[in-house]
Amino acid sequence: MALKIVKGSIDRMFDKNLQDLVRGIRNHKEDEAKYISTCIDEIKQELKQDNIAVKANAVCKLTYLQMLGYDVSWAAFNIVEVMSSSKFTYKRIGYLAASQCFHESTDVIMLTTNQIRKDLSSPNQYDTGVALTGLSCFVTPDLARDLANDIMTLMSHTKPYIRKKAVLIMYKVFLKYPESLRPAFPRLKEKLEDPDPGVQSAAVNVICELARRNPKNYLSLAPLFFKLMTSSTNNWVLIKIIKLFGALTPLEPRLGKKLIEPLTNLIHSTSAMSLLYECVNTVIAVLISLSSGMPNHSASIQLCVQKLRILIEDSDQNLKYLGLLAMSKILKTHPKSVQSHKDLILQCLDDKDESIRLRALDLLYGMVSKKNLMEIVKKLMLHVDKAEGTTYRDELLTKIIDICSQSNYQYITNFEWYISILVELTRLEGTRHGHLIASQMLDVAIRVKAIRAFAVAQMATLLDNAHLLTGNTQRNGICEVLYAAAWICGEFSEHLENPMQTLEAMLRPKVATLPGHIQAVYVQNSAKLFATVLKSQEGDTDSTTTQEASQLMIDRLPLFVQSANLEVQERASCILQLVKYIQKLQQKDVEVAEEVCALFAGELNPVAPKAQKKVPVPEGLDLDAWINEPPSESESEDEQPKAIFTKEEPKHSRPRHTEVDEKELARRREARKQEQANNPFYIKASPSSQKVYQDTSGVEHIPVVQIDLSVPLKVPGGLPMSDQYVKLEEERRQKVRAEKKKKEKKKRKEKRSGRGRKHDSGPESEEDIAPAHMVDIVTEEMPENALPSDDDERDPSDPHKALDIDLDKPLADNEKLPVRSHRAVEAQKSPVEDGERENAASQEPKKKSSKDKKEKKKDKDRDRKKSKEEKKKKKHKHEEKEEDLLGGQMEEPVVQSEETSEVAALPTSSSAEEVATVAAAEAAPAPGAPSVTAPDSEPDEPKDTEMEPKSSKHKKKKQKKEKEDKEKKKKKHHHHHRHSDAGGEESVQNGTVEEEEPLPPMSNYCLLAENSYIKMMKEDADEVCDIQGNLQDGSQVVVSVIFENKCESFLKSMEFNVLDSLNSKLQRPEGSGPHDGLVVPFQLPPGVSNEARFVFTVQSIVMPQKLKGTLTFIVKNEDSSTHEKLDFKLHFTCTSYLITTPCYSDAFAKLLESGDLKSSSIRLEGVNMPFHHLLARICFHHHFSVVERIDSCASMYSRSIQGHHVCLLVKTSAQTVSIDAKCDEPTLLGNVLDEIKQTFSQC
Amino acid sequence: MIKAILIFNNHGKPRLSKFYEHYNEDTEQQIIRETFHLVSKRDENVCNFLEGGMLIGGSDYKLIYRHYATLYFVFCVDSSESELGILDLIQVFVETLDKCFENVCELDLIFHVDKVHHILAEMVMGGMVLETNMNEIITQVDAQNKMEKSETFIFQSTRQDR
Repeated sequence: MALKIVKGSIDRMFDKNLQDLVRGIRNHKEDEAKYISTCIDEIKQELKQDNIAVKANAVCKLTYLQMLGYDVSWAAFNIVEVMSSSKFTYKRIGYLAASQCFHESTDVIMLTTNQIRKDLSSPNQYDTGVALTGLSCFVTPDLARDLANDIMTLMSHTKPYIRKKAVLIMYKVFLKYPESLRPAFPRLKEKLEDPDPGVQSAAVNVICELARRNPKNYLSLAPLFFKLMTSSTNNWVLIKIIKLFGALTPLEPRLGKKLIEPLTNLIHSTSAMSLLYECVNTVIAVLISLSSGMPNHSASIQLCVQKLRILIEDSDQNLKYLGLLAMSKILKTHPKSVQSHKDLILQCLDDKDESIRLRALDLLYGMVSKKNLMEIVKKLMLHVDKAEGTTYRDELLTKIIDICSQSNYQYITNFEWYISILVELTRLEGTRHGHLIASQMLDVAIRVKAIRAFAVAQMATLLDNAHLLTGNTQRNGICEVLYAAAWICGEFSEHLENPMQTLEAMLRPKVATLPGHIQAVYVQNSAKLFATVLKSQEGDTDSTTTQEASQLMIDRLPLFVQSANLEVQERASCILQLVKYIQKLQQKDVEVAEEVCALFAGELNPVAPKAQKKVPVPEGLDLDAWINEPPSESESEDEQPKAIFTKEEPKHSRPRHTEVDEKELARRREARKQEQANNPFYIKASPSSQKVYQDTSGVEHIPVVQIDLSVPLKVPGGLPMSDQYVKLEEERRQKVRAEKKKKEKKKRKEKRSGRGRKHDSGPESEEDIAPAHMVDIVTEEMPENALPSDDDERDPSDPHKALDIDLDKPLADNEKLPVRSHRAVEAQKSPVEDGERENAASQEPKKKSSKDKKEKKKDKDRDRKKSKEEKKKKKHKHEEKEEDLLGGQMEEPVVQSEETSEVAALPTSSSAEEVATVAAAEAAPAPGAPSVTAPDSEPDEPKDTEMEPKSSKHKKKKQKKEKEDKEKKKKKHHHHHRHSDAGGEESVQNGTVEEEEPLPPMSNYCLLAENSYIKMMKEDADEVCDIQGNLQDGSQVVVSVIFENKCESFLKSMEFNVLDSLNSKLQRPEGSGPHDGLVVPFQLPPGVSNEARFVFTVQSIVMPQKLKGTLTFIVKNEDSSTHEKLDFKLHFTCTSYLITTPCYSDAFAKLLESGDLKSSSIRLEGVNMPFHHLLARICFHHHFSVVERIDSCASMYSRSIQGHHVCLLVKTSAQTVSIDAKCDEPTLLGNVLDEIKQTFSQC
Repeated sequence: MIKAILIFNNHGKPRLSKFYEHYNEDTEQQIIRETFHLVSKRDENVCNFLEGGMLIGGSDYKLIYRHYATLYFVFCVDSSESELGILDLIQVFVETLDKCFENVCELDLIFHVDKVHHILAEMVMGGMVLETNMNEIITQVDAQNKMEKSETFIFQSTRQDR
């Protein structure tokens, strides 16, 4: 042994440490990879040793190698080993390595939970600190859930060093485990006012980060932040807060008004540029939010712009950059104040720093007007020339196009100029944006009718000079424009001066080197040109031109027929044959032009980009529905796919069909017709309300305004220089101005603005710049009754979506952070109106029998499902673990002093575990499902039971408990506490149910059995642990029972047993007999109550049923112990089989229409409560959710655990409530209705 | 939030990489390379911000960097961080390194990357700024180093006992 140790340490002396490794790598520059691989082999050997120091050294080296790009995940387990060393040195190495290479799919992470928990509670603050730091990098949803409570405790640690780390890491915990946000938030809020500035800063940091994503939930914190802003001197904190205000002001303009003054003061007083900049930014945000409502804040705008100008003029490039950035924000709402600084911004375009140039470009985008567009673009074109061969040039190009085309070409007054700009841009070599230019050309040519002639001429020139563009095939990005050119020339060929020439240009052999899709367009459009040529020559006696054209086509097309590109080949061969045929006809002197032109007749109209998406789904068409029955999962994969789409017999049976006699055929046809008629998915031939968009007659409806050409179109010779247009334009404007003056002198009244101008949205100052042509742009087509909504959905994968949680509502019992204990899976869903998250729970004492009322409403949003799954996962993982927890620390803001005092009153010292379980019970999510059972207590026949060791298997069961002791005193206390609870909840109700009276408290707890020792209350009898599982193999129902110790003795060895019926069985751990009881996994000290959950399997759910059961337990006094027994009856109502399931109104309507449901109805007389109370009661006690509510009528929906749909239509008038119900299972429906009736008869 | 902190030298050799979001090793190296290319081709007296590369972040993210002698310090941050604030933070980081290593140079970072990590851990945690006060950072770093030393001492003495 000693020898081994000595050997180990000798080995160690020869081990490389990190420095040696680094040195070695530096000395092996030639064969680094080889050297490292030998090092990794050494490390592997080192990791095999027992000595933790050796391991730590190895892990330290791995961390370095990881940085160099080597995968070290294979050592994850060793890292965990090093993390769990008791020595800080090694622990730190381990955590560092983990933080560098662990992530959510690292499977050993789940082994670390306990180690991290231990470190978190270490007496050494640096152990804790290191664990927190590490955890912040690799926290997973599981870790977050398991450790949330521990970390929350650390937020109140005595050492600020720990507090600030714990506060910061909470953000990560929230992200991974959104359920923790509400319970932890009050404490987080407290930390905003922590005496330590570091902790305060951390809290501000976390809340800012949260609020940035979901600002509306944090509006209520504004006053607190306002206070902080005016009191804090820490610039970091101030910056964060000011940034946060920037996010909040758009939601609350009043806040903005308040902010202006202190922010202005800060701007004047601070010397820190960073703070000044953020203040300016937030003032801008405020101004933006106010711009609609408030008339005048020009002073503030001026201040901002002025400060920003100072920044931009600063020699520090960083300030210049930020100044421009902020300027672009002002631009959106106050363009005029920015436009006055145009000189400065144009100057920035010359800056040597590309980031600054790009920012300046962004600004230009917003600064253009009709007046200065040409001038600005001219400047940009100069820059384009200068920026030869850089990505910046591409950026310039896109910006020019963006600037010109923005808001539907709003600022373009002269489209000839724009076309010539586009043509000039085609001369850029090596740009990637050929397609962008092409699409602009197409767009303008199609939508601006007046420009077509000009555009066609330009495009023809382009085609003629195509060789200039395609000189180098490597940089063929620009040849995309030929696509547009060819199409425009073909489509609008009637405007061509010399179609023959263009035709020739399009059929040059060189074209075959162009990309396939462009060739295809060439071929197709050459046919259009050909048609035009024929048409133009028709009637001429001299047919040489047409024959030349045909011959040209016939000569040149074979080249394309050989093309490797399918599209080109197909079109070419088709057109070639066509032309050959035409030539034949021509030779017979047949007039063919008309027919050939008809091939290309009709006009193409622009279609809005979103038009397709906006075609409304016809009524009754469900795109998600299966056309036929979905294939059952058992079917093997290699099954013929056609089986999915048709129920027809397989192919080989086909011959049989022919043998079917006429009669049979007729019958089948009839049946098919019938089916089609009834099948909403069958698209019928009958005229639908939908418009047929291909219909050419629709063209007339497009608002195209005739163009009034005030200036004759003039095509400057050769390739046009856009500059000429600038000059022309200036002259024209002067002329117009002069004319206008004259006119005004003559007649003031005459105004030209009324003349069909579409863009009167331009600024007033531009009124005097009339566009050269009254150009009207053909609007894009949209389908009729297009859906107006442009819902920009948030990215569903955004983790912050889950954190959109209302934080102002008090916590419900069910929201406490999970504490490690026997946990029941919870799948409760309950109704939510308006998609709002409502949480409420209230309890009210009612005499000794304690008919506690409890009400809970829970949100049903998607994270619930998630949490459910997580909980389940977690349950599995921790089956074997049993540990005490710091449950006592859990405080609920709703339950105030009473609650805490009660927790304090618990005998914490006697048994930590006891406390833990109690806390667990309080923390555990309580389901709000109702069931009414008659109290049934028969305390006799003590039965012996043996104490069973707590079996971990019990944890599979859903369990939950509560206890109470000391008969009177304590109970009073307890009731008192409950009362306070109810008060708290009621206030919640006030908050959530808008303008309606608060709902009376409701509870699903009912007394199950009681004797002098113990009281059992059943809370609910419905819980589905896993919807999938339950749909397949029967259903599970969970019963929560609160056990309350009423005597002064210790209760232990409680065993819960139920006599199974044929239909319902208590789920017992594997291996136990059908009559064995379940051990309740806790003991009850005097005055304690706890809750346990029991899972039942139910076969048929259509009938309510009762189960007899017994609870046996040992009453232990100081000197003696006795066995006691308590009988009870469990009542499973039909409602307890219903699960609140949300349903959308359209799905609901479909369900009702389907005709599968049987209906039934009841009337309730003398119901004397507001309608919303009534609905709430049905929702709460019977697990329905409201689908739609209109006045005094509401439709409700629920679903049984076996998938039966239950639909209700509830109407009320005077004191009569009528409920019409539909369900696919009439017996179930009848029972549910009876139960509803009973519920209302009791109140 | 800070998404990543990278230190590399004038040749693009990584000296420290800290990602607050998981990427696999290859992607990490690619990000380092890409960032190096973006940053290294910039002149000395241009602004210290640049819109992020394609790999890291996206439109909401910025690279904020400083160049000291042979080393680039690059922070990749989103819009919730103040640009000038992060520049200050880099300065604090470098000054802290300078204090802890006594005239820090690239070699210190090369051979003691673990220590640099530990210092950084006192400034930034999980992508959020933890502490900006240099004295506080140094106090905590020193205290931990002291602990480490005392442990090594104990360890060595026990070994000698054997």
